[in-house]
Amino acid sequence: MSGPSTYKPGSGVEKWLDDRLPIIRLGYDSFVDFPTPRNLNYWWTFGGILAVFLMIQILSGIVLAMHYVAHEDYAFDSVQRITRDVPFGWLIQSMHANGASFFFVAVYLHMFRGLYYGSYKAPREILWILGVVIYLLMMATGFMGYVLPWGQMSYWGAMVITNLIGALPFVGDAIREWLWGGFSVGQATLNRFFSLHYLLPFVIAAVVGLHIWALHVPGNGNPVGLDVRKGDAGKKDTLPFHPYYTVKDGFAIIVYLMIFAVFVFFLPTVLGHADNYIEANPLSTPAHIVPEWYYLPFYAILRAITFDIGPIDAKLGGVLAMFGAIGILFVLPWLDTSKVRSMRYRPLTRWFFIFFVVAALGLGWCGAVNPDDYVMGITGFKFLYLGQFLTFYYFAYFIVVLPVLGIIEKPKERPASIEAAVLGTDKA
Amino acid sequence: MTEENGAPGGHGQEPSRRDFIYIAAGGAAAVGGGLVAWPFIDQMNPAADTLALGSIRVDVSVVQVGSEITVMWRGGPVFIRHRTDAEIAEAREVALNALPDEDARNDNLPAGTPGTDANRVLRPEFLIVKGNCTHLGCVPLGLGANTGDYDGWYCPCHGSHYDTSARIRRGPAPENLPVPDYYFETETTVKIGLSPEEASNSGWAVS
Repeated sequence: MSGPSTYKPGSGVEKWLDDRLPIIRLGYDSFVDFPTPRNLNYWWTFGGILAVFLMIQILSGIVLAMHYVAHEDYAFDSVQRITRDVPFGWLIQSMHANGASFFFVAVYLHMFRGLYYGSYKAPREILWILGVVIYLLMMATGFMGYVLPWGQMSYWGAMVITNLIGALPFVGDAIREWLWGGFSVGQATLNRFFSLHYLLPFVIAAVVGLHIWALHVPGNGNPVGLDVRKGDAGKKDTLPFHPYYTVKDGFAIIVYLMIFAVFVFFLPTVLGHADNYIEANPLSTPAHIVPEWYYLPFYAILRAITFDIGPIDAKLGGVLAMFGAIGILFVLPWLDTSKVRSMRYRPLTRWFFIFFVVAALGLGWCGAVNPDDYVMGITGFKFLYLGQFLTFYYFAYFIVVLPVLGIIEKPKERPASIEAAVLGTDKA
Repeated sequence: MTEENGAPGGHGQEPSRRDFIYIAAGGAAAVGGGLVAWPFIDQMNPAADTLALGSIRVDVSVVQVGSEITVMWRGGPVFIRHRTDAEIAEAREVALNALPDEDARNDNLPAGTPGTDANRVLRPEFLIVKGNCTHLGCVPLGLGANTGDYDGWYCPCHGSHYDTSARIRRGPAPENLPVPDYYFETETTVKIGLSPEEASNSGWAVS
């Protein structure tokens, strides 16, 4: 789809540059004249939104690093000082803290879009896998970033997560001490987390480059899941990226930034946790440790494994299930056996997908509460059981539903082409 | 190719000198890469000054019978409980096979030492253990807050119950709270995190 370049240097200088470093040509072919399916809906705008938020996080983060002190005695106060004394620190700190949440909202919507429309299927497997790599890097970055303010949740979140590593057989304790750089979460841990938290966003940016490269080889998927036709017919299936999708993405970005602004200016702390406004205290654990909201579903999966599985004890089993929940995404392209990409034409699987979204949200709910509490006060119905059921469904969706339904399901009739789907000119 | 190397029999049939050079060069590069990588990995391990800050002295005369204190050692809590006779008796009458973790988890004694109460204390009245739950590292609650179903400690994070010898009795924690290296310098002063030389005459013995 990324056919021959249509870039024509407009001036002598551009021609001179194009013969030496065709960077304008690269930008033109990638973001101006790039042929894009004409039927992309707003679910396709989150890629652009994510690019904007990566930039917001990097820019605001670099500024915060000018004022932040990565020391166990000063870190907490330095963040408070940023929000109170540093000119516009309140704004930039709020952008960074809330930006993380909005980054994750966008990435989850982007991922659900991919799951619904089969964006992971051939020939886009590498594109999908790179996306999962970015997501993993985001989780690592977000986790270490949350430790930096050195509040109670920062400290104890770090303690719980690093202790999970200790569950690994034989090498767990050594790796844990290696991560800590001491005998507990402390100064060495904070300092290295700061270093890595600064590094990883640039790694993310690099992988995003690969992600876009891998996107521009087959081109965008689209809501009907059909390929763009070859040759001249393909021109009727596509539109140039600019102005059609620069404007559409731009509109979505502005709307998203408006919602972001509401949080930044009016609800700057609402997504945080009250306990994180208490300085870290290694001698006192908060009554109820919870991670940031964007990790809650995985936290629920971790806690759902309360039983030994053969030789694997419950603690290690929980850790394996939690990492497995993300790891399984890497092999998803080969688990879904259906030739049909879009769930629009998969009447049965579509419902399983919708329940998968519900399950993911439900797991988030389970992760936020005490597992021994009762769901909606129903005596005996512990959140633990709900979490276990939803964890089971989460894995079953990938291991059973997608492989089996791809074979037994009869897909609905699809339009003849993208053009036909949009304009109805060429009925199937 | 093969003629240049003087290897008889033609390409792909017998290893040539060039094959050897490839393997040797590749092997040397891999070893060299590993040698360069190791300092960059090992630098994250606890530094010499961190290791040196290994021990503290605690005056336990301030701990009344039936109370406990928490002291900071190596960045984490250590519980020191002055046990009552009833608590000691309660810990001693537990059968070994009633324990989820039968190991003493005592840094002063060899691994595999049975987890009887006598193997967890130097002097029965003072129980000294590290205060991070062996499940995920939270600090369990003790006297004055919640001692759990076995009168020891209760971890609020995921509900682990420890007994009056700080052994895990119920809940997700896999191990007993570990006993750090320690010995009594005087009748009322305990040294926690002693050096190996000091350990040799610290008074610990498997019983």
